[in-house]
Amino acid sequence: MRLAGAATPAMPATGSPVRDLEESGVLRGGREGGNADGGDGDGRDGGRGDGLGDGLGDGRGDGRDGGHEDGHEDGHGDGRGGRSRPTRPGRRSALLAAGLLAGLAALVLTAMVSVAVGSRSVPLSTVLDALLAPDGSTDHTVVRSLRVPRTLIGLGVGAALGLAGALMQSLTRNPLADPGLLGVSQGAMFGVTAAIGLLGLTSPTVYVWFAFAGSAVAATLVYALGFSGRSGGGPIRLTLAGVALGMVFHAASSAVLRMDNATFDRMRFWLTGSLAGITGDQAIRFAPFLAAGLVLGLTLARPLNALALGDDAGRALGASVARTRGLTAVAITLLCGAATAAAGPMWFVGLAVPHAVRAFTGPDQRWVLPYTVVLAPLVLLASDVLGRVIAAPGEVQVGIMCAVVGAPVFILLARRRRLAAL
Amino acid sequence: MRLYGTGLTLSYDKRVVATDLDVTIPDGSFTVIIGPNACGKSTMLRALARMLKPRAGAVHLDGSVITSLPSKEVARRLGLLPQSSIVPDGITVADLVGRGRYPHQRMMRQWSREDEVAVAAAMRSTDVTELADRCVDELSGGQRQRVWLAMALAQETPILLLDEPTTFLDIAHQIEVLDLCADLHEQGRTMVAVLHDLNQACRYATHLIVMRDGRIVAEGDPASVVTADLVREVFELRCEIIEDPQSGTPLIVPEARRRPVAVAGAGAVAGTAGVPVSG
Amino acid sequence: MNASPPALASVPDPGGPPADARTVAAPRPVLRLRSWSLRLSPRGLAAGAAITLAGLAVSLFALSTGEFTVPVPDIVAALFGEGPPVAELIVDRLRAPRVLTGLLVGAAFGVSGAIFQSITRNPLGSPDFIGFTAGAATGGIAAVILGGSAWQIAGASLAGCVVCAIVVYALAFRRGVQGHRLVLVGIGVGALLVSADWYMLTRADINDAATAGAWITGSLGGRGWEHAIPVAYALAALLPVCAWLSRPLRMMELGDDAARAVGIRVEPVRAVAVVAGVLLCGVATAAAGPVAFVALAAPQLARRVSRSPGVTLPLSALTGAVLLIGADLAAQRLFAPVQLPVGIMTAAIGGIYLVFLLRRERR
Repeated sequence: MRLAGAATPAMPATGSPVRDLEESGVLRGGREGGNADGGDGDGRDGGRGDGLGDGLGDGRGDGRDGGHEDGHEDGHGDGRGGRSRPTRPGRRSALLAAGLLAGLAALVLTAMVSVAVGSRSVPLSTVLDALLAPDGSTDHTVVRSLRVPRTLIGLGVGAALGLAGALMQSLTRNPLADPGLLGVSQGAMFGVTAAIGLLGLTSPTVYVWFAFAGSAVAATLVYALGFSGRSGGGPIRLTLAGVALGMVFHAASSAVLRMDNATFDRMRFWLTGSLAGITGDQAIRFAPFLAAGLVLGLTLARPLNALALGDDAGRALGASVARTRGLTAVAITLLCGAATAAAGPMWFVGLAVPHAVRAFTGPDQRWVLPYTVVLAPLVLLASDVLGRVIAAPGEVQVGIMCAVVGAPVFILLARRRRLAAL
Repeated sequence: MRLYGTGLTLSYDKRVVATDLDVTIPDGSFTVIIGPNACGKSTMLRALARMLKPRAGAVHLDGSVITSLPSKEVARRLGLLPQSSIVPDGITVADLVGRGRYPHQRMMRQWSREDEVAVAAAMRSTDVTELADRCVDELSGGQRQRVWLAMALAQETPILLLDEPTTFLDIAHQIEVLDLCADLHEQGRTMVAVLHDLNQACRYATHLIVMRDGRIVAEGDPASVVTADLVREVFELRCEIIEDPQSGTPLIVPEARRRPVAVAGAGAVAGTAGVPVSG
Repeated sequence: MNASPPALASVPDPGGPPADARTVAAPRPVLRLRSWSLRLSPRGLAAGAAITLAGLAVSLFALSTGEFTVPVPDIVAALFGEGPPVAELIVDRLRAPRVLTGLLVGAAFGVSGAIFQSITRNPLGSPDFIGFTAGAATGGIAAVILGGSAWQIAGASLAGCVVCAIVVYALAFRRGVQGHRLVLVGIGVGALLVSADWYMLTRADINDAATAGAWITGSLGGRGWEHAIPVAYALAALLPVCAWLSRPLRMMELGDDAARAVGIRVEPVRAVAVVAGVLLCGVATAAAGPVAFVALAAPQLARRVSRSPGVTLPLSALTGAVLLIGADLAAQRLFAPVQLPVGIMTAAIGGIYLVFLLRRERR
C-alpha cells in the first residue's frame, strides 16, 4: 500500500496506464514479476502514456504534469481507487472470469437468435432440429445453407475486427488506432476492389488473397513508416502514416470503382459491410485465416502488457519489442484481410468494442483481448439481427448497424472524464 | 491588499474541494502554499489566477472582482506559471519567451521596443539568453523550467503565481529556480508558489499558508507558524523542528523509525538527517 | 469596463529592465511605424511568396491549356473583357470559374484545417476526421438522391456541416471543449454519418447512387461563377475573423492554462474558432464536395515549408489553394481524356506527399 502511494506522486492523473495496471492488480499483485520496485520507472511511463492518451499530436508534453482536466487536486494521483479500493487480485480475476463466461453465454444466445430471426422466422426448436437432424424442409434448408454460415462468418468477422482493433490500440498505445484509421482495412479493400474491378475475379476464395496482400502491404508500410528509424517512431507518426496510406488506398479504390457503374453497383453493398449472401462454402474458406489470426492475437496478451509500460520498461521485463510488434502486425493482417474480404470494411467495431471493454477490465490485455473476442461478435451479430428486423423484409447492412449501435456508446465513452487508458 | 479571495467555494465538476475559504496574499510577500496532497492548494492557486471560477465567493484583484476585469488587463498585473503546458514542435526559446508578451500586444502592435526589452530582461534574469535560438524540445528539464519562468517574467506582472515550479527537477535545479524566485521577490514582485518541500517552503517564504482538507490551517511567518505540532496535525508526520544552519529558518526533521539509543541533542539529530554542518 | 483605481491604471515594472538590455532576443525583423509594429518571419514571407508564385503559375497554366490552348496574353485580355471572343468564352465561362473555385475552396479548406488542428493541438484534428466534412457529405448526398439542384445540394451540405458541428460541439462540451474529446466525439459522429451515407447509396437507384458517389469524392468539374462567388463572399467575411484568431490560437497551442495566464479567454476564442472553421469547411464542401485531404495536408505542408512551430493560417490558406488547383489540373490532364474527380487526386497526392514528409522527418 505504501509502495503504491509512493509511486503515485510522480504520475500524472490522466490516462496513466500504470495507474490502471495498478488498479487492475497487475502491478500490485506482482504477477508480472519484477514490477514491485517499479516506482521510479512508473512515473516516466505514466508521463508518456499521458501524452498519448490526451491526443495524438498535442506537441510534446514538456514532461511536467497534466491532469487538471481530471479534476485531480494538485494533478497528482491522490490514490483514488489506489487507496480506497481494497486489493483482491484473486477475487477480481474470478469476477472477470465470471463476466467472460456470462459474455460467452450471451454470445451463444445471440448466435441462436441470429440463426432463428430473419425475413423468415424459424422457431428455436426447429433451429435445433435443423442443426441436429436435418430433414430437408424449407426451414431446415434456410437455416443450414444461409443462416448458419451467415452467423458463423459474423462471429468470425466480429471477433477478428474487435481483436484487430484491440491489438492495434495496444501496439500503438493509441486510443484511436483501428483497422480503418491505420489504413489496413483500406489496403484490404483496395485488394478486393482491384481483384473484382480490374481483374474480374469475383470468387471470394480468390480475392481473399488480394485482401491479404492489400492489408499486408498497408500494415507493412504503416509499420515501416511509423516504427523504424533511430528514435523508434511514435504513435503520432504511426497514425499519420496510417491515415495517409488509408487515403491513398481509398482514393485508388474509388478510382477503380468509378470505371464502370456495374462494378460500383455490385460493390456498394459489400463496401458498406454486409453479411448477406455468404454461403457455407465461403464461410469454410475464410475460417482458417480467421482462426489463425485469432489464436495468434490472443497469445500476444502478455508481451503486449509488458510493452504497455513503454518500450524500455517492456524490454526490462524481458519482452522482445521487435518480435512482439512483428507478430502483432501479422495477426492484424490476417484478421483485417480475412474480415474485410468476407464482409467488407467495418471500421467501427474495432474502435468501439476494445474501448468499452477496457472501461471495466482495465488495461490488462489478458482480459481485454478475450473479452473483445467475445463481445465484438456479440455486438456484430446483434447489429446484424437488428438490421434484419427493423427493415424486414429487406435488411440494413450490418456495417451500418454497427455504426448506429456503436457510435453512441463510443461518444458516451469519449465524454467520460477519464477515457479508459490503455 | 492587491490579491485576496473571500468565501470561496471551489470545485471540479461535482467534487467540492474547498468551501467558504478566505485567503489574502500580502503585498510584496513571497507567499508559499503548502499542504498534503489533495488539500486544495493548487486549486486555490488556480482560483487566485482566475483559471478556475469559484462556485461561490470571489477573488479580488486591486479591489475589483477578478472575473469582472478584462482578461488582458488581469494578465498585465498577474502572471501564472501553470503546472502543465505544451511545447509546440520546433518552437525556439526566444519565440516561447516572446509569447509571454501577449497581453501587451495588439494586432497592430505585435512587437514593440518594450516587448523586446522585456523579453531580453526576462531571458537574462533566468539565464537562458544563450539558449535563445535553441528548440525548447531539446532542453533539459531545468532549462525548460527556466524558459517557462522567463515567459511568465516577460509578461512583466507585479504579481506572479507559480504552480509547483520545482516538480520534476533535481535538487540543484529546484534550488536554482527557488533562488531565482527569491531574487524576483527582492526586486519587488509579489510571488505566490505552491511547493511540496516543507523545508524549501520555510527557507524561501516570507509568508506561509498551510492548508489541509480545503481549509487554511495556519498562516504567517514560517518561523512562527511551523511547529512540530502543526506538522503532525497537517501532514500526520512526527518530526522535530530545528534551525536551518544555513538560513536560520525552521527545518523539519522527520522522526527516525529507530532512534539511536542514548543520543540526544540537536547536533546528533542534524547528523541523522544528513545536513552538512558548515562553518 | 469598470473604473479601476487610478493607482493601478498603469502597471509598475518591478523587474525594471535596464536600458542596456535591448538587442538580445529579437530573432525576427520587425516593421515599426509609430506605435504600430508588425513582426515578420523571413522564412514565412519567402515561403508565402514562393507558394503564391506557384499558385499563379498553375492558375495560368490551367487557364491556358486544355482542349483549346489560349495564349497567356489573351487570357489576361479576356479577364478584362477585351480578348478574342473564343478566349473570352473559354476563359470566362469555363476555365476561370473553375480555377477560382479551386483556389477559394482550397484556401477555405486550408484555413479550416489549420484552425481545427490548432484547437485540437493535433495534426489529425482536421475537419476531414472530426466529422464535419462527413456532415456536409451527408447533407449533399441526401440532396443529390432527392434530385436537388446545384444550389440545393450546396445548401444541404452547408446545413449538414453546421448541424453536425453543433451536435459534435454539444456532445463534446463539458466545462469547455477539450481537444481530444472533440476529436473522439467527432469521429463517433462521423462514423454514424458515413454509414448513413452508405445506407442512402445502397438504397438509392443506381444512377442517383453513382451521381452521389461521384459527388462525395469531391470534384471541380462544371463549376461556374455561381459556385465561386459564394465562397468568395464567405472568405471575405471569415478571413478577417481568422486573422484576429491567429494570435490567440498561437498562444493556446501552449495549453489552456498558459493561454489564460496571458489573458486569453479560452472558451470564447475556441467557440469563435470552431464557428469560423465549420463555416469555411461547410462553404468549401458546398462548392466542391467533400474534397479529402486538403484540410489535413495544407497546414502541415505549410508548417514544414515555413519551418514555423504550430500551424499558420495565411500560409495554410495559400498552400490549400495551390494544392487544390494543382490536384485539379493533374486530375484533368494526367489520364486525359478520362477526367478524374479532384478528390481522388488530392487524396493520392496528399497521401504520397505526407508519406514522403514522414520519411524525411524520420532521418
